[in-house]
Amino acid sequence: MNGLGAKGRVFLRERNMRRRSAAMIVICLMLLFAVVLCGALADDERLAARPELRNQPPSAAFWFGTDWLGRDMFVRTLKGLATSIQVGLAGAAVSSLIAAAAGLIAATGGKTADRIVSWLIDLFLSVPHLVTLILIAFVCGGGLTGIVVGIGLTHWPGLARLLRAEALQLKSAPFVQVSAKLGRSKYWIAVRHMLPHLAPQWLIGFLLMFPHAILHEASITFLGLGLSPHEPAIGIILNEAMRYLSNGMWWLAICPGAALVFIVRLFGILGERVRLLAEPKRS
Amino acid sequence: MTIMTGGRMRGMKSAAVNTGTWLLNKLLRLLLLLAALSVITFWMMSLSPIDPVQAYIGAETMRVGPAQREAIAEYWGLYDPMHERFTRWLSAMLSGDMGTSMIYRAPVAEVIGEKVKHSLALMCVSWLITGISGFLIGVVAGMNKGRWIDRILTWYCYAIASTPAFWLGLLLLAVFAVWLGWFPVGMGVPAGVPAYEVTLADRLHHMILPALTLSLIGLAPIALHTREKLIGVLDSEYVTYARARGERGFALVRRHGLRNIALPALTLQFTSFGELFGGAVIAEQVFSYPGLGQAAVDAGLKGDIPLLMGIVLCSAVFVFVGNTVADLLYRFVDPRMRRKGGAES
Repeated sequence: MNGLGAKGRVFLRERNMRRRSAAMIVICLMLLFAVVLCGALADDERLAARPELRNQPPSAAFWFGTDWLGRDMFVRTLKGLATSIQVGLAGAAVSSLIAAAAGLIAATGGKTADRIVSWLIDLFLSVPHLVTLILIAFVCGGGLTGIVVGIGLTHWPGLARLLRAEALQLKSAPFVQVSAKLGRSKYWIAVRHMLPHLAPQWLIGFLLMFPHAILHEASITFLGLGLSPHEPAIGIILNEAMRYLSNGMWWLAICPGAALVFIVRLFGILGERVRLLAEPKRS
Repeated sequence: MTIMTGGRMRGMKSAAVNTGTWLLNKLLRLLLLLAALSVITFWMMSLSPIDPVQAYIGAETMRVGPAQREAIAEYWGLYDPMHERFTRWLSAMLSGDMGTSMIYRAPVAEVIGEKVKHSLALMCVSWLITGISGFLIGVVAGMNKGRWIDRILTWYCYAIASTPAFWLGLLLLAVFAVWLGWFPVGMGVPAGVPAYEVTLADRLHHMILPALTLSLIGLAPIALHTREKLIGVLDSEYVTYARARGERGFALVRRHGLRNIALPALTLQFTSFGELFGGAVIAEQVFSYPGLGQAAVDAGLKGDIPLLMGIVLCSAVFVFVGNTVADLLYRFVDPRMRRKGGAES
């Protein structure tokens, strides 16, 4: 119709796809930043107990309603989401660093190192994540450290396996072999030759880890083993909502939970779109 | 047709021997895993800032003096070095004594045995529902790739994958238990009814909502996986050829696709035991369902070390069994794997 060949049309479609992906990434990032920013800037006054305003269903003034103390649930949810995002970020960062280290060591450190790392991966996959999280939360005595350490220690095996396989492939690439013949040390090769190649994979792995990290943070806090009840966390809000459910206060559970699902999905879309941009052939 | 050639016979025999050594190998691996897990968990627990004596006394702090605390700590051997405590725990463990749970004031083995029945029933039911419905959804979506039904199903799967299990449980609770009143709000059995009067129907009635929560959550991975696989099969050349011969619709999928995608789906289902267990922990907490998961959370909250140890080891065995069954399935169901195994000897 417009005189383009089949190849041209494919090119156009791909370019549109890439543009759309880039736009989606920007939108996701902006929304997530907005949530964190609002959570940080939100007015603490709206969190103060105001008995005259308690138990109000959602309205124009209180989007998510108020709880049994008259606190504005929308502000509480925003604060909780901001906390969750930060905790998820910390946990996923720790986890992806462990994964990168483990993957590189396994691929370049020789047979024994490879065996040890593989065994560690199997060990960490052998217990359900949630049980490990409970255990680590108990060991750390609850609180923020417990969650970050727990998420960091449970989420790395998958990414580590992926990075190990990639690094093993790189190891047999001619430029790495030449570099080794020229007398470069294993460490130098790992850092200078492999890391830059693994970086996109690593970033994607990190982003895709994010939704899981946030969900696990919320779950462990919900179970009462995570953040302390004074902190505005989504898990705490929903745990409290559970107790008020039979009083017919449905908005306490539904609105914050829906907001959490929305945020987690945003992170999921972000990861998928970045992967589409970074590895168009593979996905 | 019933006559076997000598070569095939030999092949089967060696396959059997292989399977034997393979199983032995697996068993050794399990033992090594459990040993490592016990050492690591034991060491980690000793790092915890939660004081076991305080956890044991609990609310009765006022009535227990420092002298009595000393006595309890002495009695438990809390002042002995760690390796001594570990050898004591290990030798008791090997003779079948898993210790005494502090919160239930009963032997750990007994507590776990009681709780595991409820949990297994819950997990079995939702495992079956997840497997069957997830597979069906995947097949329907894959057959209709790109159409609206596929879009709706895929969208649903992605949405459910970002939904926390406990919130889904709360939603179901709000709608079906509080609003409609069809199901009880929680617990494994009706309140105020003696144990011998609880009927099977009562138990099932109490299990429906937790099982539904678990099933809905676990559906996404299997459905998406099956969809991908089926799309891959439908893009293959032999399916193109079958289409050229005039085969169409579900008959085509049944004859050329189902076998190819059933095995990976089944394997995925067996390797997802860990997720299933995690989901059960959360579902049990939301619905106050008296299973192993609730016991794990209680043990973590109240510092019941022997019970937590027992549950960690139990869940590891559970996951291990799932993975081993998945491996076995590949060996027995897929003839190609078996031939490869036979060729090694």
